[in-house]
Amino acid sequence: MAILGVGCSSGGSTAALSTSAGSAAPAAAGILTVYAAASLKASFTEIGTIFQAENPGSTVTFNFAGSSDLVTQLTAGAPADVFASADANNMTKAATANLVTGPPVNFATNILTIVTPPGNPSGITGFADLATPDVSVVVCAPQVPCGAAVASIESNTGVSLTPVSEENSVTDVLGKVSNGQADAGLVYVTDAKNAGDKVTEVDFPEAAAVVNTYPIATLTTAIQPALATKFVDLVTGQEGQQVLAAAGFKPAP
Amino acid sequence: MTTAKAVPARVKRGWAGTGSGLPGWVFAPAVVGGVFIVLPLVAMLVRVQWSSFFELITSESSVAALWLSLKTSTASTVLCVLLGTPMALVLARARFPGLRLARSLVLLPLVLPPVVGGIALIYTYGRQGLLGGSLEFLGLRIAFSTTAVVIAQTFVALPFLVLSLEGSLRTAGRRYEAVAATLGANPTTVLRRVTIPLVLPGLISGAVLAFARALGEFGATLTFAGSLQGTTRTLPLEIYLQRETDPDAAVALSLVLVVVAVLIVLASRGKASRGLL
Repeated sequence: MAILGVGCSSGGSTAALSTSAGSAAPAAAGILTVYAAASLKASFTEIGTIFQAENPGSTVTFNFAGSSDLVTQLTAGAPADVFASADANNMTKAATANLVTGPPVNFATNILTIVTPPGNPSGITGFADLATPDVSVVVCAPQVPCGAAVASIESNTGVSLTPVSEENSVTDVLGKVSNGQADAGLVYVTDAKNAGDKVTEVDFPEAAAVVNTYPIATLTTAIQPALATKFVDLVTGQEGQQVLAAAGFKPAP
Repeated sequence: MTTAKAVPARVKRGWAGTGSGLPGWVFAPAVVGGVFIVLPLVAMLVRVQWSSFFELITSESSVAALWLSLKTSTASTVLCVLLGTPMALVLARARFPGLRLARSLVLLPLVLPPVVGGIALIYTYGRQGLLGGSLEFLGLRIAFSTTAVVIAQTFVALPFLVLSLEGSLRTAGRRYEAVAATLGANPTTVLRRVTIPLVLPGLISGAVLAFARALGEFGATLTFAGSLQGTTRTLPLEIYLQRETDPDAAVALSLVLVVVAVLIVLASRGKASRGLL
């Protein structure tokens, strides 16, 4: 690291500057860093704008990525104040690494839906149609939360799929359906909603039984603990819940 | 390099004491650069869980991914040699208007981010792509098949072979070819008996570079071919997926990939340098 530091001194000093500035700033103002699951991008960006309006002088910066990527970065020492995960499993990983302050709060749920290229050319009406041999289906790999949900629906319904591809993220699934490579894909309701008319959504009743819960927590490494708590309150409060509902999320039980 | 060797070592000993003829200060940044490359590999090596290493790399999914990677990389290297050799010959020997432009275009995949390459391939061979409709008509469905992996790998690896071989052709010059031609050999005989044997080391090292690039291909494959065990999930894609749930397995497989790459480079280096000498 010392050797690399010679070549990259500018990056190092910038990080150090923002740290010292952050700790010296009053609690109401400063830069709040939020690590959030990729599926939260649209709604959290909107909540961030509300937060900045309600807390003059504060700036919210986001890092949107797959939840497990975010945990990896946090474990490696990435500086952040808030972590919002797309599943309980990755939040548990963060908690095990002593990154989380207090118990995480569940703030939203999401379920899967079928998406097809615009106009549903294969005429898919339900989950069982996806098992038809000439329908090419793309899903998430079982290792990632959206794929684990697919596996649960398969075991619940007894319909087993033979996907042409098991992607790493829900956005990869969406991409392969919207550009017409696949006949159908399984994504979250919020992703389908966000994609607009690039895909056609086919809801199926069996999806309701497999609910994905989103927890949020402040972090032990927080430079802005007061702002972090305020942000979590906003997300779990009425205003935040309205934004999430508009994006297609269901409230947490 | 040859000029540096031509200078008597004794004259330069006062400068560096290594007989290289280089000023001593050059060595410091060179070592930093070397450490910069090697350090991350060492860091990975430190992280390997040796107790479970064998178990991790022999899991069904790991073996399927390694096998698929070796098969597809071999296929794309063969394609690179078949297509890239004539391309290098034309670029190095032929003269026609637009030659410079042709060379720049051929080397494009080198500078293109692999994801962009993958997107371009979808719009070419995908179901709704430029050629996709005609291919579908012929009963060929490339999307999500192993063929798609080979296409993606060949696309990104081809410039490596062309570049390497074209360099060898230019260095070799045309003297022997000219002599053979004056002795009555027809162009095909000259190519077969003189040109190709002359640039064989360049061809081999080009093929090795292409193989290594194909083996490491990730972005274009993920974008264009998808990810399914045994069909399209090559070793880099498997590593990327394992990392989600089992970082130990990801590290173990990364080490396997590095070892395979190093073995191939070493094996070919031996051959290529023998050829050169």
